[in-house]
Amino acid sequence: MAEVSDETIIKIENVTKRFGKVAAVDDVSLEIKRGEFFALLGPSGCGKTTLLRMLAGFEVPTEGKIYIDGVDVSNIPPNKRPINTVFQSYAVFPHMSVFDNVAYGLKFDNVPKTEQYSRVMAALADVKLEHLADRKPDQMSGGQRQRVALARALVKRPKVLLLDEPLSALDAKLREAMRFELTALQEKVGITFIMVTHDQDEALAMACRCAVMDRGRLMQLATPSSLYEFPSNKFVADFIGSVNLFEGKLVVDEPDHAVIESEEMGGKIYFDHGVSGASGESMWVGIRPEKIELIKRVEGGPRPVMEDAPEDCNVLKGTIKQISYLGSESIYEVVLENGRKMQVSRPNLSRWDQEDFTWDDNVWLCFHGDSPVLLQN
Amino acid sequence: MKNIFKREPRAPLEYTKSLRLRAWILGVLIFLYTPLFILIAFSFNDSKRMIEWKGFTLKWYQKVFENDGIREALANSILIAIACTLVSVILGTLIGFVLWRFKFPMKGILESGLNLPIVVPEICMGVGVLMFFSKIHWPNDLPWPLNLAQITIAHITFAFPFVAVVVRARLENFNQELESAALDLGASQWRAFMDIIVPHMAPGIIAGALLAFTLSLDDFVITFFASGPGTVTFPIKVYSMVRFPNGGLINAASTIIIVLTIIATVIAMRLQEQPKKNT
Repeated sequence: MAEVSDETIIKIENVTKRFGKVAAVDDVSLEIKRGEFFALLGPSGCGKTTLLRMLAGFEVPTEGKIYIDGVDVSNIPPNKRPINTVFQSYAVFPHMSVFDNVAYGLKFDNVPKTEQYSRVMAALADVKLEHLADRKPDQMSGGQRQRVALARALVKRPKVLLLDEPLSALDAKLREAMRFELTALQEKVGITFIMVTHDQDEALAMACRCAVMDRGRLMQLATPSSLYEFPSNKFVADFIGSVNLFEGKLVVDEPDHAVIESEEMGGKIYFDHGVSGASGESMWVGIRPEKIELIKRVEGGPRPVMEDAPEDCNVLKGTIKQISYLGSESIYEVVLENGRKMQVSRPNLSRWDQEDFTWDDNVWLCFHGDSPVLLQN
Repeated sequence: MKNIFKREPRAPLEYTKSLRLRAWILGVLIFLYTPLFILIAFSFNDSKRMIEWKGFTLKWYQKVFENDGIREALANSILIAIACTLVSVILGTLIGFVLWRFKFPMKGILESGLNLPIVVPEICMGVGVLMFFSKIHWPNDLPWPLNLAQITIAHITFAFPFVAVVVRARLENFNQELESAALDLGASQWRAFMDIIVPHMAPGIIAGALLAFTLSLDDFVITFFASGPGTVTFPIKVYSMVRFPNGGLINAASTIIIVLTIIATVIAMRLQEQPKKNT
């Protein structure tokens, strides 16, 4: 891991950006630490790109302030900010060689010619392109052009590097390789990276922390695993990974456990920890597909009981209607007695596991008391 | 030799394999190029009379270069074309850039207004130019080369919109992130414009320049109206010579102009070919 200090490098303070009447970014405040790999994650139109453009200086906040390393940069133009960007299209200058592309930004930093050369070659070495310094961009692949864009930004030794959808234009195999490479590069250079992406896998795989945005607002800021395992609201639970969402009423509310009765699910959900909420209050519960166990059900057979939950809780009857076999796992669409559909995934640990269940199999769906998550609407 | 009329199995959209279509294209080409071919062929005809072939000669070309009137007209034409090109390129590039880059009130009117000189019949432009110059009492007795200013101004009015259209079209596929990247790397707006946008526009500017040059070089109608007494351009000289028999002289002079125009056009088209798209 790169050194992530407690020092704040970027502070976004109550930033709002309106285009006409629409607030593209709506009162967002967050802090990014020095040396962090940070991701801004959200669906298209959520305001993440506008926020990035404000960091780079291409947009000016309507309200609020942005500080880089303690300096208010809200009204400083992009060419005067200690920040550089890798654009979505890479924006490699087509009429310049790779070397000239990378050297372009150094001209404005009053770097002596001899030092320019060594710094450009070092930056190209960082992205493993030193052998292509004389190439023109039109003779390069998309992945190579992205490396040029990376080197061109890093050679300026910015305090923060912004990456706009860095992997979206690459094909699947290369994308996976680049994830590791970008993380390794970030650790090597130790510069704070801020990435904008709509791809949750990308954000979870690469970032130290992610900010999830929706309709201009910050929905949750947490580490990837917290986002997945402890989403704080319906939007985050639904946006990150898949989830089965149910509405229910709080019927038991004790300090160390709680029960929610859900008509939508046709059963009771037991939490092995206390929840905050008033009795009888309507709430949302999410259960991840891989946290549900499938057990074969025979007519007249005994009803399974979860050892960490009361016997009438966390067990449901269903029938398998759809299966999508993905190789490493299978995803089953199970129809409950009340007609509601549920997604259950199951890893194919042995080579024959996918044959355990087939269409129209009657099953029990069971989950533990620590599996469901309570969500704000 | 491969027979171009040979029938091959063809898919519905492979029109070039259709025999009828090939014959039609051949007909069109003959129709288009026969007059030009005859003109050029008879510039090598060793005869005073245009209608009979007496043998090959280059004497008409020699006579073209010995004829003071033609030489003067040619010099005038080229001088006008160069001046027209320079001004048109500057005006056209600026307007093309502004129309691409900015949104402003009445932009639509400016855009369609810009196209007017391209679509308005030349004869109307010519009459307009004539009336304009007589109305403002433009002096008619300026010494050479200032006496060419009227024609040059008239040429600029119809040539610079062509430059603007070409430059604008070229900018259409400019990736705006390139400019953002330059700013991001520390360039000022002006440096970003010079370092990134101008090189992108360059092929359009050069193509527009060659267009302006050829348009000016062979314009007859507007020039005819705009030229004062004693200012003769090449096309006008040719026209005045047609009325008297002088063998292949006009043919030779015209061939020279055709060759010049073709060279300029070919260069313009080459430069307008979009390079492989890369962003």
